[in-house]
Amino acid sequence: MRHLLSIADLSATQAIQILDTAEELSRVSDGPMKKLPTLRGRTIVNLFAEDSTRTRISFEAAAKRLSADVINFSAKGSSVSKGESLKDTAQTLQAMGADAVIIRHSASGAAQRLADSQWMTGSVINAGDGTHEHPSQALLDAFTIRKNLVRGGNDLTGIRVAIVGDIIHSRVARSNVLLLTKLGAHVTLVAPPTLLPAGVESWPVTVAYDFDSVIADVDVVMMLRIQLERMSEMFFPNVREYSHYFGLNRDRLKMMRPNAIVMHPGPMNRGLEITADSADSARSVILQQVTNGVTVRMAILYLLLAGSQESGAQV
Amino acid sequence: MTTSYVIKGAVLPHGAKSDIAIADGLITQMAPDLNIPGATVVNAANAIVLPGLVDLHTHLREPGKEDAETVLSGSQAGVRGGYVALSAMANTSPVADTAGVVEQVFRLGQIAGLLDVFPIGAVTKGLEGLELAEIGAMADSAARVRVFSDDGHCVFDPLVMRRALEYVKKFDGVIAQHAQEPRLTQGSQMNEGFVSSQLGLKGWPAIAEEAIIARDVLLADHVQARLHICHLTTAGGVEIIRWAKQRGIQVTAEVTPHHLLLTDELARSYDPVYKVNPPLRTESDVMALREALADGTIDIVATDHAPHPAESKECEWQEASFGMLGLETALSIINKTMVETKLMDWSGVAERMSITPARIARYENHGREIAVGAPANLTVMNPTKTYRVDRDLVASRSRNTPFHGMELPGVVLATFFNGKLSFESKQP
Repeated sequence: MRHLLSIADLSATQAIQILDTAEELSRVSDGPMKKLPTLRGRTIVNLFAEDSTRTRISFEAAAKRLSADVINFSAKGSSVSKGESLKDTAQTLQAMGADAVIIRHSASGAAQRLADSQWMTGSVINAGDGTHEHPSQALLDAFTIRKNLVRGGNDLTGIRVAIVGDIIHSRVARSNVLLLTKLGAHVTLVAPPTLLPAGVESWPVTVAYDFDSVIADVDVVMMLRIQLERMSEMFFPNVREYSHYFGLNRDRLKMMRPNAIVMHPGPMNRGLEITADSADSARSVILQQVTNGVTVRMAILYLLLAGSQESGAQV
Repeated sequence: MTTSYVIKGAVLPHGAKSDIAIADGLITQMAPDLNIPGATVVNAANAIVLPGLVDLHTHLREPGKEDAETVLSGSQAGVRGGYVALSAMANTSPVADTAGVVEQVFRLGQIAGLLDVFPIGAVTKGLEGLELAEIGAMADSAARVRVFSDDGHCVFDPLVMRRALEYVKKFDGVIAQHAQEPRLTQGSQMNEGFVSSQLGLKGWPAIAEEAIIARDVLLADHVQARLHICHLTTAGGVEIIRWAKQRGIQVTAEVTPHHLLLTDELARSYDPVYKVNPPLRTESDVMALREALADGTIDIVATDHAPHPAESKECEWQEASFGMLGLETALSIINKTMVETKLMDWSGVAERMSITPARIARYENHGREIAVGAPANLTVMNPTKTYRVDRDLVASRSRNTPFHGMELPGVVLATFFNGKLSFESKQP
């Protein structure tokens, strides 16, 4: 496997291999000497054609801990925002000798376009494409769930996860539905009908409109960010009503199972989809997600790039 | 005397075999084993002869986007596909909303001289949907426009649509509607359904097409006017047209070759060569469209030939332009989807691709039965010979064919336009 474009391309075995590799790498991260020489001399480009400081610095930290050279190419003030085509950008990066491109882009499918075209030959890692997928986020989420809730197994069999909020626009939800179900978890999507995509009835999930009927039965509550700029499209009457029905607050926190955890991919709208006390509660693993993000991304880079010069890289 | 031809060994649409002699632009004789001294022989053994194909929906891009297509290059693509008449859509730059622009396009067609180019006039000024364009002036111009369409945009305002339908009755015109409810399709990228839900591409729901079709057949009924529905794509739309025809409403409908063959599954590649408006739908829609074309609910095949330069397709899906090439492959796709599947015979193909489109648009010299005395507008094709579509070998200036690499049955051997050989296949 040369690229990481979509969770759909991964087998369960490959996904578990990434999680297991991250587990091993986390021991390095926890130790005094955080850096490995594995990707010395390799050039990794962070091509961020959409704002995302968190994901960019997470990948940057991961690449640097593997001793790769990292070039940050962000859209603000760069050619992508000046109307240069993705093709020209890709060819430019190719000409500069990029071994891998980590791409964040507002267009669904942008990472796959990059990988399928003849514009560049390096590995492509999807760091979020439009409303399609965000595979590294799902992998770090699965890693975090496994670490917190799974004893004596390497997948997520039997774990019940509720993903709550703006499903229709969420690449995090799409990648997580694919990955968590692939690893044996049961996923319930909780959202108003307006924020569920047409066709969701064919997804391998349960759909619920009533958060309260779900929350007491799940091991994981994964809250999604509501994007206020979409408010004009009338997905719900107003923010207060949304928070009332779909927000995670103190009352709902009390309904959760004893060991159940709260997750959020960030950045949070505190007070909208999640109250501050929920985000900061003992159940919250939101900061663990950030920490795990670096090790999972190290594992992705390691498996895609280490040794790829000879063998074409196996995941 | 102009060059005369004899087409040898051809099979007519209804299955009879006859040689066809052509002189002075007309069919002069039809009989088995014609020998005409001095006539150029066109060997049509194993070939079908159809009345020359007529396209009611073509984007020729001139004036304004000559890098994508010109009237000449579009004409060259047309004759290769067996066409003798094209209908140039109005969304050029400037828009074909005045007599001046339609006459310019019409004249460019005459200069190219390979087939008839009949301009379609815009329904509204600038395709903006607000005020009627100079419909009467376009109808009275040298281009004698009879078909009006804002294609690419829906004539959304019901009052504007009503007035347009009524107004063109004055000269027996027809409004060709691009049925797309604009509010339900803001930012839409592909068919709304399971595939779009997975790909994270914004859906274009079938209802957005069907709601406008339903409204417009009721309007056409109310004002007793002629309505034509462009590029029907949904099973639900077929049901509405079927209902309207049973009520005696004067509605006709077209389907494109690509909607008869391709589905939204192709969007999984994120390759914008599959991005088209209206979008590729599901397998069940494709089957409903085929049945409807076979039973006559859908009257005609129209290509919606939509050339785009490379940079409009070599990009992210959501940045790419909508549209695909169609002229050069249409007949072989109808052969594959309708004839080889036994849904339709060759007289059905003649009806749907020549006779009926010419009748809808009132193109008087076209769509005539193949008979002595008729204008020699003919398409000769070998239905069993196959070819591989190669986007680098198309006559069009653009390469955005979704059929690249496909093996298709049916090779056009020759096209006759007003008695002249406008295209002859170089293959043996």
